[in-house]
Amino acid sequence: MADTLEIRWHGRGGQGTVTAAKVLADACLSGGRHVQAFPEYGPERAGAPLRAYNRISSHELRMHCPVLKPQVVSVVDATLIDAIDVAEGSTESAIFVVNTSKEPGEIRTKLKAPQGQKVFTIDATKIAVECIGRALPNAPMLGAICKVTGLVTLEHLLEDVRKSFGKKFSQKIIDGNLEAARRGYEEVREG
Amino acid sequence: MAKIVAVTGNEAVANALKQVNPDVCAAYPITPQTEMMQRFSSFVSDGKVKTEIILVESEHSSMSACVGACAAGGRVITATSSQGLALMYEILYIASGTRLPIVMPVVNRALSAPLNIHGDHSDSMGARDTGWIQLWSENAQEAYDNTIQAFRIAEHMDIRLPIMINMDGFIISHSIERMEYLDDDQVQNFVGEFKSLNPLLDLEHPVSYGPLILTDYYMEFRKAQDDVESKVPGVVLDVAKDFEKLSGRTYGLFETYRLDDAEIALIILNSAAGTSKDVVDEFRDKGIKAGLLKPRLYRPFPYKEIGEALKHLKAVCVLDRADAFGGSFGPVYMDIATSLYPYKERPVLINKIYGLGGRDYLPDHAKLVLNELVELVGNGTVKSYKEYIGVRE
Repeated sequence: MADTLEIRWHGRGGQGTVTAAKVLADACLSGGRHVQAFPEYGPERAGAPLRAYNRISSHELRMHCPVLKPQVVSVVDATLIDAIDVAEGSTESAIFVVNTSKEPGEIRTKLKAPQGQKVFTIDATKIAVECIGRALPNAPMLGAICKVTGLVTLEHLLEDVRKSFGKKFSQKIIDGNLEAARRGYEEVREG
Repeated sequence: MAKIVAVTGNEAVANALKQVNPDVCAAYPITPQTEMMQRFSSFVSDGKVKTEIILVESEHSSMSACVGACAAGGRVITATSSQGLALMYEILYIASGTRLPIVMPVVNRALSAPLNIHGDHSDSMGARDTGWIQLWSENAQEAYDNTIQAFRIAEHMDIRLPIMINMDGFIISHSIERMEYLDDDQVQNFVGEFKSLNPLLDLEHPVSYGPLILTDYYMEFRKAQDDVESKVPGVVLDVAKDFEKLSGRTYGLFETYRLDDAEIALIILNSAAGTSKDVVDEFRDKGIKAGLLKPRLYRPFPYKEIGEALKHLKAVCVLDRADAFGGSFGPVYMDIATSLYPYKERPVLINKIYGLGGRDYLPDHAKLVLNELVELVGNGTVKSYKEYIGVRE
């Protein structure tokens, strides 16, 4: 892992994107790492495009501004690719993880990703519907992000999801999210 | 044992308040402070603190209730932002003039109109002459540490003044960061028991609060208040020394970053200081002697110490996240200019207004300003003494 890893999340209000960034920050806290998780605050409406950010580093994080050159771009809602430039500022070797049922190659073409960038896809919404019964793709996206970045192990992530969700939700919802995160980890594909 | 957590600035300060366990909290919710007081109310409801919480109908009432509770002899807190602080304005002077050590985190937010909920420093800058002590915080850790130290400073028997702890709205209050919590008993031991002074509830020794003082003694009263202000920096440093023993973290009246041998420097408050430090490093890597000064104790302003720290520089830019309309310059600029005035040899001083209403302060802004200072030192020409940056023309 580079000294500091910067992640940008693109989602729509109501998909749990901000929660995903928070859970990831918490999970990355181990091993003495420094973390940040913060969303861009606008008018908060379900369905409105939003961004959230993570920084994860071995040293103190002093930068307090949005991530402008992400090494990882997590697209929680693929319809955003048509609406905004999700690749804006991404590094030459950036990793994209896109929630879609489409083939990774097709998304790669759509993103016009240059050679050095990697594009992964995961049908996170389908997994969420099957595991949780609702189109909340954040848990499978988290699983996929962990797999492609190697930031934390799957076991560690699941433990953290259990901890974060345990305060608020029933056992059934927690189990569904754990299964969804596990499937996201296993089913993410590269194009 | 310190506990490492990833929390928001609001959550961190709410936890500090919980660990202190004050007697009374009178508060009214306002974005972006709401999360802090919502969390603190939960601690009250869950029995985690013994605090009596007073839910009031406005900030004018919350500060009034704080004044009453503190005069009665209690350790008292509230918290606010923006319009809430503005609505307290009248009572802020009552709290400081009555020498009541009320502790108030302020989550800095822009003022209306136009309506805006995001971070800038207009709110607390408007209250800078109210006689309240002001501490400013770069991140969640500093906001937490400053909150704990604030009780010791405000309640010191030589001081007895109310204190604001500032942090940037949303940028810090709503962002999750890694930080360290002290243990509850460490915080309890550090702040100690609250010592009341002339409490109204001491019925054996009745006292009057809020008397009428006309031409006979008003001026002596104000002179006494000014004398107290001069004692604050010493107490702030003593408290910081004790806090360092406890936490390992160092605090002063202000923070200097690569300033000692610097030729040019930025002066900037709160979260934007962190972003600027990374850019100062970039300039140092290029061989440019850049540095930074971040005020912590902003009221009373340590004029002498800051003047000493800056006088050797060639050019300095003060970045203000508020404007002082009609004063020609931003508030921090005016204080820095006053600090440097006594020196014959002093740096050229320019002022940039940035980040109003939460407008992002990016590394490129710090680069722009540092490059301008390099140029200024090179050719001795000042382009303009005051300018808005990161703004559409």
